[in-house]
Amino acid sequence: MGMTMTQKILADHAGRKCVEAGELIKVKLDIVMGNDITTAVAIPEFNNTGASEVFDKEKVVIVLDHFTPNKDIKAAEQCKGCREFAYEKDIVHFYDVGDVGIEHVILPEKGIVAPGEVIIGADSHTCTYGALGAFSTGIGSTDMAVGMATGEAWFKVPSAIKFNLKGSLSKHVSGKDVILHIIGMIGVDGALYQSMEFTGDGIKSLSMDDRFTIANMAIEAGAKNGIFPFDEQTKDYIDIHSTKPYKIYEADEDAHYEKIYDINLSSIRPTIAFPHLPENTVTIDEADEIEIDQVVIGSCTNGRLSDMKITADILRGKKVNKRVRTIIIPGSQKVYLECIKAGYAEDFINAGAIFSMPTCGPCLGGHMGILASKERCISTTNRNFVGRMGHVESEVYLASPAVAAASAIAGKLIDPAKLKEA
Amino acid sequence: MRARGRVFKYGDDIDTDVIIPARYLNVSSGEELAKYCMIDIDSDFVNKIKAGDIMVAGKNFGCGSSREHAPLSIKYAGISCIIAESFARIFYRNAINIGMPILESREASLDIEDSDEIEVDFSLGIIKNITKNCEYQAQGFPKFIEEIMKADGLVKQTRMNLSSNDKGK
Repeated sequence: MGMTMTQKILADHAGRKCVEAGELIKVKLDIVMGNDITTAVAIPEFNNTGASEVFDKEKVVIVLDHFTPNKDIKAAEQCKGCREFAYEKDIVHFYDVGDVGIEHVILPEKGIVAPGEVIIGADSHTCTYGALGAFSTGIGSTDMAVGMATGEAWFKVPSAIKFNLKGSLSKHVSGKDVILHIIGMIGVDGALYQSMEFTGDGIKSLSMDDRFTIANMAIEAGAKNGIFPFDEQTKDYIDIHSTKPYKIYEADEDAHYEKIYDINLSSIRPTIAFPHLPENTVTIDEADEIEIDQVVIGSCTNGRLSDMKITADILRGKKVNKRVRTIIIPGSQKVYLECIKAGYAEDFINAGAIFSMPTCGPCLGGHMGILASKERCISTTNRNFVGRMGHVESEVYLASPAVAAASAIAGKLIDPAKLKEA
Repeated sequence: MRARGRVFKYGDDIDTDVIIPARYLNVSSGEELAKYCMIDIDSDFVNKIKAGDIMVAGKNFGCGSSREHAPLSIKYAGISCIIAESFARIFYRNAINIGMPILESREASLDIEDSDEIEVDFSLGIIKNITKNCEYQAQGFPKFIEEIMKADGLVKQTRMNLSSNDKGK
C-alpha cells in the first residue's frame, strides 16, 4: 500500500523503505528546537542523559520568545539558564532579545527549516513548518533533551486525514478562517494522533503566510502534524529564505486516508471561535455583536507581514474605539522593520493601537496584555481555553486579523465588510 | 506495578492551561509546579489530594500546549495514575517520557465517578473499581513504550543506552 506524504518523510528518516500507520519507529532529526519555557525544563534532563555536547550545534535551535524581554525575576532566572546553556554548548541558532522573534515566524524566515525535513520543537505550534512540506511536530522538554543528546526521537507513525481544497478565498477571508472552519467541523480532537494533509487545486491560491497559519493550528484539532505539498510558491519562498539543501516528498497515489474532506475555499466566511474551545466556531454572519475590551493582533499564528498589511489596510486613517486596548505585535524583527518601512507602524499608532517588539507575550497570558475578570478579547492567536490570556473569568474570541482590526474600530465583533468608510 | 487511590474525576478536553496556567511557568521544578496543579479548574485540588490518588477524565485529556510542566505538576502533586478515554498526543508522550503512568479506557472513563476507590494493575491493564465492585480492561502499552516506562522514563533509558555505547567503543 502507498504512503502518505508524512509517512514517506518518516520512513526516509528512519532508514526504511516503507512504514505503516501505528508502527513505533525511531527517526533522525534535522532540527530540535525549544523556547525559554520548555528549554528550561530540558536543560537538566539533557544533563541527566549523561551527554556532554549536543548532537549537532547547527541543528539545535533555542529561541527566547515567550517571557522576553524578561517579564519578572523568575522568568529572568529561567532565561539566564537558557543563555548560559546556549553559549556553553556553542548553539549556532540561539536567538535572544535583539534578534529574537516568535519561534515559528523566525525559523522559516531565517531559512533554518526546509522541505522534507523532520523537525521537533518543544512547543506545540511547531507543526507550523508543515507549510513548507516538512514533517514538523510539537513535543515536550524530555523529547527535546533526548533529541539534543542523540539526534533522534520516537514516533508512532500517524494515519492521515486528507483535506482537498478547491476554489479561492473571498475578500476579508484568510488562512485563519480556513483553519477555524476546519477545526469547527472536525473538533479539537478530530485529527487526534493523525496527520492533516492538505491537497487540491485550491492550495495554489493560498499564500505561504496563509499556509503557515493553517499548518500552525493543526494541533488545535489534535493533529500530530499538518502538511502542504511542495509547489512553485514553496520553491519561491525557499529560494528567497534558505540555502539549505532539501528534498521534495509527495504522497503516493494509493496512499490510505482515514477520511477525506472536500472544502470549497470560495464558500468560507470570516470565522470566529467563541470561548472556551477553538472548535466553538461561528461565521461572522451568525455571530452576535459582542462588545470587547481588547484586541490582540500577532502571534505565531498571525504575526507575519501579510497579517500586518491586512491590519494596516483596515486601520489606516481610522481610530480604534477608545475602550478597546489594541495591541499589535509583529512576529519578528524583520516583520517589525518591514512594517516601519511600509508605513504600517504609522497607521497602527495613528489609529490609537500600540505596536511593540516581537514576543509570544499575551497569547498565553504571559505578559503585555493580561485580561481581568469578565473582560473580552478578540485575538488572532490560537487558543481560547479558560484563563488562557488571564483571569479564569475572562473570554478570548479567536479570529483573523481582518475581523480583529475591524472589531477594534467598532468596539464590538464585526464583519470587516460592514465597517463604515471613515 | 500497581496503584490504588481515590478518584478525582474531570470532563472532556481538559487543557494544559487549566492543568498549569502559563503564569506559573516561570519556574520549572516539579515540586514548585505541583503547588498550582489544576488551579484554574479545581482550585482546591492540591489541598484535597493524597499521595497515590488517581485522576480520571474524558476524551482529549491534556490538549493544548506542549508544556511538560503539566504532567510534571500532576506527578509531583502525588497522582499515581491518569485514566482517560483518550489523551492529547503531546501530553501522552510527555507522560510516558517522564514515567507518569497513564491508561486509556473509554469504559472506565464513562463509569468511574468522583471519589470512587480504584486499583490499577499496569502490567495487565486491569482497573478495579472497589467502590462499585467491578472491573474495566484498559489497553496495555506496546513493548516499545513499556520499555521506556520500565526504565522510569526516556532520559534514564537514554542514559543507559549512551553509557553502554561508550563502553562498546
